[in-house]
Amino acid sequence: MPFISNTDKERKEMLAAIGVKKFEDLLINIPQKFLLEEDCCLDEPHSELEITRKISELAAKNISTTKANSFLGGGIYDHFIPAAVDHIILRPEFHSAYTPYQAEVSQGTLQYIYEYQTMICELTGMEISNAGMYDGASAAAEAILMATRKNKNFKAVIAGTLNPNYLEVIKSYTVGVGIELVLIPAKNGLVDLNALQEAIDDNTSCVLLQTPNFFGNIEDAFAIEEITHSSKKALFINCVDPISLAVMNSPAEYKADIVVGEGQSLGNSQNYGGPLFGFLASSIKLGRSMPGRIVGATLDADGKRAYCLTLQAREQHIRRAKATSNICSNEALCNLAATVYMTLMGKEGLKEVAMQSTTKAHYLAEEINKLAGFSLAFDAAFFKEFAVKTPVSAEEIISRLKAKTIFPGIDLKPFGYDNMLLVAVTEKKRKCDLDELVNSLKEFSR
Amino acid sequence: MAKTIFEKHSEGRKGYTLPTNDVEISLNRCIPEKFQRKEEVKLPEVSELDVMRHFLELSQMNHCIEKGFYPLGSCTMKYNPKINETLVRNDGFNNLHPLQDEDTVQGALEILYELQKDLAEISGFSNVTLQPVAGAHGEFTGLKIMKAYHDHKGNSHKKKIILPDSAHGTNPASVTLVGYEMVEIKSNEKGLVGIEDLKAHVNDETAGFMLTNPNTLGLFESQVEEIAEIIHSVDGLMYMDGANFNAIMGLVKPGENGFDIMHFNLHKTFATPHGGGGPGAGPIGVREDLIKFLPAPLIGKKDDKYFLDYTHEKTSFGKVHSFFGNFAVNIKAYIYLKMLGPKGLRRVAENAVINANYIQKKLENYYDIPFKDSFCMHEFVASGSWQKEKHGIKTLDIAKRILDKGYHAPTIYFPLIVHEAMMIEPTETESKETLDEFIDAMIEIAKECEEHPELLKNAPLNTPVKRVDDTLAVRQLNVKFEW
Repeated sequence: MPFISNTDKERKEMLAAIGVKKFEDLLINIPQKFLLEEDCCLDEPHSELEITRKISELAAKNISTTKANSFLGGGIYDHFIPAAVDHIILRPEFHSAYTPYQAEVSQGTLQYIYEYQTMICELTGMEISNAGMYDGASAAAEAILMATRKNKNFKAVIAGTLNPNYLEVIKSYTVGVGIELVLIPAKNGLVDLNALQEAIDDNTSCVLLQTPNFFGNIEDAFAIEEITHSSKKALFINCVDPISLAVMNSPAEYKADIVVGEGQSLGNSQNYGGPLFGFLASSIKLGRSMPGRIVGATLDADGKRAYCLTLQAREQHIRRAKATSNICSNEALCNLAATVYMTLMGKEGLKEVAMQSTTKAHYLAEEINKLAGFSLAFDAAFFKEFAVKTPVSAEEIISRLKAKTIFPGIDLKPFGYDNMLLVAVTEKKRKCDLDELVNSLKEFSR
Repeated sequence: MAKTIFEKHSEGRKGYTLPTNDVEISLNRCIPEKFQRKEEVKLPEVSELDVMRHFLELSQMNHCIEKGFYPLGSCTMKYNPKINETLVRNDGFNNLHPLQDEDTVQGALEILYELQKDLAEISGFSNVTLQPVAGAHGEFTGLKIMKAYHDHKGNSHKKKIILPDSAHGTNPASVTLVGYEMVEIKSNEKGLVGIEDLKAHVNDETAGFMLTNPNTLGLFESQVEEIAEIIHSVDGLMYMDGANFNAIMGLVKPGENGFDIMHFNLHKTFATPHGGGGPGAGPIGVREDLIKFLPAPLIGKKDDKYFLDYTHEKTSFGKVHSFFGNFAVNIKAYIYLKMLGPKGLRRVAENAVINANYIQKKLENYYDIPFKDSFCMHEFVASGSWQKEKHGIKTLDIAKRILDKGYHAPTIYFPLIVHEAMMIEPTETESKETLDEFIDAMIEIAKECEEHPELLKNAPLNTPVKRVDDTLAVRQLNVKFEW
């Protein structure tokens, strides 16, 4: 039997030691009628060779973004991952370790989380980071819950330029616990500042702003911070692309209170959308309202530096119904991948990734903009993703370029924008890849 | 203690290579100066070798399954086959974007479709969503489904979720997160749900009941049908926390015995390594009439084509993840089920149960085992109360001494209803020799409590660091390195 060590002979010896004749004798507490008489209807067991063949065949039915020329983004990005990342996360000491509750045999995990927290604080300019959330969407949702817990206001104002998938998740987390969501409409691809100003009052708990926003556009976070903090208690939550932070304002520069985002870009593959991981950081005064695990440095009995989970009185295994969140397992290995990635890239590497992504995106945008019938959808500055108005439906372009294995971007029609394509570029693209897209779009030009 | 990576920084050192940018545009043309970062990002500058040495050094301070046994109750720390990791690292999976056209991801969708089907089959439910990415995330999803059900029926008076005092901490926390109120009932002297106490607390406000089965004492809740009848009589729903599903796979189908909703922990039961805290997955199975409330999309199949099925989106309570959940984890569960087959599945549960009973039996004279009169399922709870009363040794000390013997500690001080609890779950993958060695170590520790109590009070002595001061960590909060 696969993956089971004991032989039938050993099994018999053990049953005898327990004092029963057969396995079924151990099930006396299960009502007889519950016990299945027939085997479950599953495929017959595959050997390692057979499953390898089957999986290879299934994988071959997919067209990966390695084979295609892909410009898909919308929250998940195809950035370069150095080979060393996977070698480290595959170490069994990280890969099959348990959550680091027993600190004395988990110092490896605890220290990398401490280093991860330090790097997230450095990127965001915040003072405390947790050990990670499920994804950017749940991090954003939990940041709103954190704000309402802190200031006991229950109106959350959300810039309508937020990734629509995040908004859906936020709704799941806030509906039913008395939080009112106020969505501020977009105007020319940016949040409407006048509408935002009007929505803010003394009952506002927080303003959630994504920048670069869903369309890739850079929001004026400085102006929005002023509007947010014109209400005494309101907290400013920022959702950011961690790669952008190598060249763009640290959220501390515009006085963000809580910073969240999707961390996948940092050393994690796209994996058809999961696993991902969310980061969540804040000013130190909000630390005790944070969800999730936090690692702290301390000393061991010999007075040497050591690490352990800290501020655990916030968490579900201690506080139960009064915990700051229900989160237990997060996406620890993805955080490790991010830590290794940031360490390998260092400050110069991350800056180079950001620079190449943004310059290549701008080159592509300018070239597409030259095509008759195509134009940039918005005037706003953008980072590595931009929206394009198309002469035919985006759906038609996507469908026709599929034959050339080009994935030109995301159709924005489901989000209310007809004839619009959202195009993302990372440092992995070469000029020839960008030119290939431009050339292939010419057939739609009019 | 290892230096931090920041202390290994050397200005100008590089751990990466990138191609030269073949597009010449200045940063100022891309990003207005106002939005450019004022102070450089301070990340360590180290070589690739520096990085490898650093993380290898850290790794050596961790326990892991390949190093030794993990008798962690309710965590199912089984060995997970390596073939999973090899196969999941296929370019045709790793490098798929979630918004690709369905035609270009048929293999991925087939895996997800098959996994939905297989999980539904083995649990006795009608369909399964693969969107939740952790056990607690599954609980949240399951309770949202419950809420959607009551909203749909106009049951606005339903406000309370009942759960036993043996429940995992995530259960009450999930109840709060969806806006329900928790009602905790007492377990009876057999360690099972107290039916009388349950009846006393069930009323028209009851939205549902959450139960782990087998429960956290490792006991099968034999009255589950009676409980379901009581809960269903007030139109409440039965939620099963599937953390302990490893004990009953192939033996019992919860969906056929009174449960309406259940989560699976793919990282416990279905061969995804724990990863130091994730990524896992917490799929949710439901009975037929609740499918319409599941997060969209499900994976559908028409003729020979697989597709993202959004048909129930209007009645769905919403989404819990940016995309379709932890795809890479789901692939591993798919592979595992295909490799086990129907007989293997049952065998997993059987051997998990035998292993647990074997340890329980062998330790009964050395530790207080409150429910030893009954056979346990895949885990049992021992108590350090004898050692505490006679020798003043706490369960925490015993746990730390277990680390010295080369094992991970059991789950301790949980469930809350057993004093000085040590919850032990061996899993099916461990061999008899490993269990015998562990049993010997536990007996030796019981003797040390009598003869050398100082060994326990000072434990651990053989670990990378000595006992860690967690109160100091709270008092002098230090959550990032200053450099």
